[in-house]
Amino acid sequence: MSDAPHAPGRDTAVPTTDLPLEEGISDADDRRRLHEVWVAGTEEPDWIAGATDEGAQEMLPADVEPALDLQRGTAVEDDYVDEIRVDESERQIINMGPQHPATHGVLRLHLELEGETIRRAKPIIGYLHTGMEKTAETLTYLQGGTNVTRMDYLAPLHNELCYSLAVEQLVAVEIPPRAQAIRVLMTELNRVSSHLVWIATFGMDVGALSMMLYGFRERELILDFFEKTTGLRMNHNYIRPGGVAADLPSGWEDDVEEILDVVRDGIADYNDLLTENPIFVDRTHGVGIMTAAEAHAYGVTGPNARAAGVDFDLRKVFPYSGIDAYEFDVPVGSHGDVFDRYMVRMEEMRQSLGIVKQVLESMPAGDYRTEDRKVTPPPRQRINESMEALIHHFKLFTEGFKVPPGEVYQAVESPRGELGMYLVSKGGPRPWRLHVRAPSFATVQALPVMMADLIVPDVVATLASLDPVLGDVDR
Amino acid sequence: MTDLASPDEDEVVEPAPEPPGDRKLPDDPVLAGLAETFESAVFDAFEPAVGPRQDVVAVDRGDVVPFVTAARDAGFETFIDICAVDHFTREPRFDVVISLLSMRLAKRLRVVVGLPNDDPVMPSLTGVYAGANFYEREAWDLMGVRFTGHPDLTRLLLPDEWVGHPLRKDQGVGSVPVQFKGANRAT
Repeated sequence: MSDAPHAPGRDTAVPTTDLPLEEGISDADDRRRLHEVWVAGTEEPDWIAGATDEGAQEMLPADVEPALDLQRGTAVEDDYVDEIRVDESERQIINMGPQHPATHGVLRLHLELEGETIRRAKPIIGYLHTGMEKTAETLTYLQGGTNVTRMDYLAPLHNELCYSLAVEQLVAVEIPPRAQAIRVLMTELNRVSSHLVWIATFGMDVGALSMMLYGFRERELILDFFEKTTGLRMNHNYIRPGGVAADLPSGWEDDVEEILDVVRDGIADYNDLLTENPIFVDRTHGVGIMTAAEAHAYGVTGPNARAAGVDFDLRKVFPYSGIDAYEFDVPVGSHGDVFDRYMVRMEEMRQSLGIVKQVLESMPAGDYRTEDRKVTPPPRQRINESMEALIHHFKLFTEGFKVPPGEVYQAVESPRGELGMYLVSKGGPRPWRLHVRAPSFATVQALPVMMADLIVPDVVATLASLDPVLGDVDR
Repeated sequence: MTDLASPDEDEVVEPAPEPPGDRKLPDDPVLAGLAETFESAVFDAFEPAVGPRQDVVAVDRGDVVPFVTAARDAGFETFIDICAVDHFTREPRFDVVISLLSMRLAKRLRVVVGLPNDDPVMPSLTGVYAGANFYEREAWDLMGVRFTGHPDLTRLLLPDEWVGHPLRKDQGVGSVPVQFKGANRAT
């Protein structure tokens, strides 16, 4: 590279750009700087500002008032008391992630520290962005499920359910009772499996390493059942507009009963292991507090908001898929700290298992998808006999079914909160626009609220307790 | 919205100063209060059914901050969503859709703000709901709608050096040429 003919600083070739390059600077020099060491406290070399410049992702200077409020988490209310103030020179900005194992994916945090206390935080996301909202505009309504199921990869069935409900609202098809019950069964099991991953990683992050093994062990049972039913362990594309893709496999009752027994015992074990454990209690009590007012303003929903005392569950207030026919309680915390979020999720798992048990006892007979020919192909028998049925089947899977124009917002209670989909149809076989209101997205932007004035180890506990899924955040 | 034409509508006592034109007021007292305060708010602009206990209102962009502030104070305490929709051939080309939720009233409110193609700018809602921060950055990043008064309106999901706003309809899906191993081998 150094002997490239156009290298600036050499006598042979002087670049003729408008901006004159500085004397004696070459590509080789630029690269060498990456390995140069600057000792903090000595005079700053003039290149250092440029070397650390991160464009728009830098933490803004500490004199922009509204941004400062957001980064300090004081935009809604300042519920922390400043403790030790250290000298200005002790203040430093460190970068956590995106490869940090405790960020549960590729979340990056700018943290401004005073000593070990965090004063400002700025979450940076986008490392997992794959343009799924744009992709959704190129897929038919039947194919769309394969796309949305990959967003929140720990709760794929909730994504599919939300998408299907939104489409069904526009098409106005009736879903048979058995399909609705299957949807409730699968999504509630999915809630349990998602919370099991959460308890596994949360336990690991606060030092209870064995939780990692226990949580994943019990989850495996649920994933096995998913694989048996849908064919895949994750990203099922099982819940589709019009019903579900296939009926439950024979003998599903035994599998679900086994899940109920094993997971219930497992939850009791976690309870014994963690709830009274003095180390766990010390690390979680009073840490990472978010108040109800902050949850409202930042759009934080689901278990994280309920831990702060917000008594709201979409399954109760905006029931979908016939879930209001089952009895369950909504656990609500009061302090909004890490421990309350733990308690709320533990109880949610028990309640979801209760719903699964009720579905098991009351599973109605009937079709697993609607017989409305608008979205469902004719049965195999008819295709053998009738040319029209064959054409109908062919058109449904190549061209897709058309959805009347309209705009609809549909929300379901995902394990992480309110998962909403805003679907705009212009009458064609593909959505005009699909916007996904991801629950983790709102949670991640509220991180400064909880992290300001914590110490660094508590950041890990707080982040783990919030259960963000970065695939959901970035989409 | 569907019960706008229900018999109850006739029983609602209209306020003495009739709003200009044949403007329908929503049944709900909270929403009716909002509609009376803000002349530019149109509650019956959207025909199709929009789901259980949801209301849609169109608001001018000049009125959006006071309207949303009034809605928040009237009970819609929870910020849910901001997204932008590109209608492309229509004018105003862009819709910014603000979703609010009232947990106490168990109601949703969708505020739609139309923005013209040559000037897709509206005031930021970060002062009303702190949660608008990331949603407005996302709308700027992917749809190119600018929010004046936002403290840090930068790209959120895409790299800083990205050119364009990919969710606009005049932007293609795009693709990256993939070189398969051994595809161009001479032998």
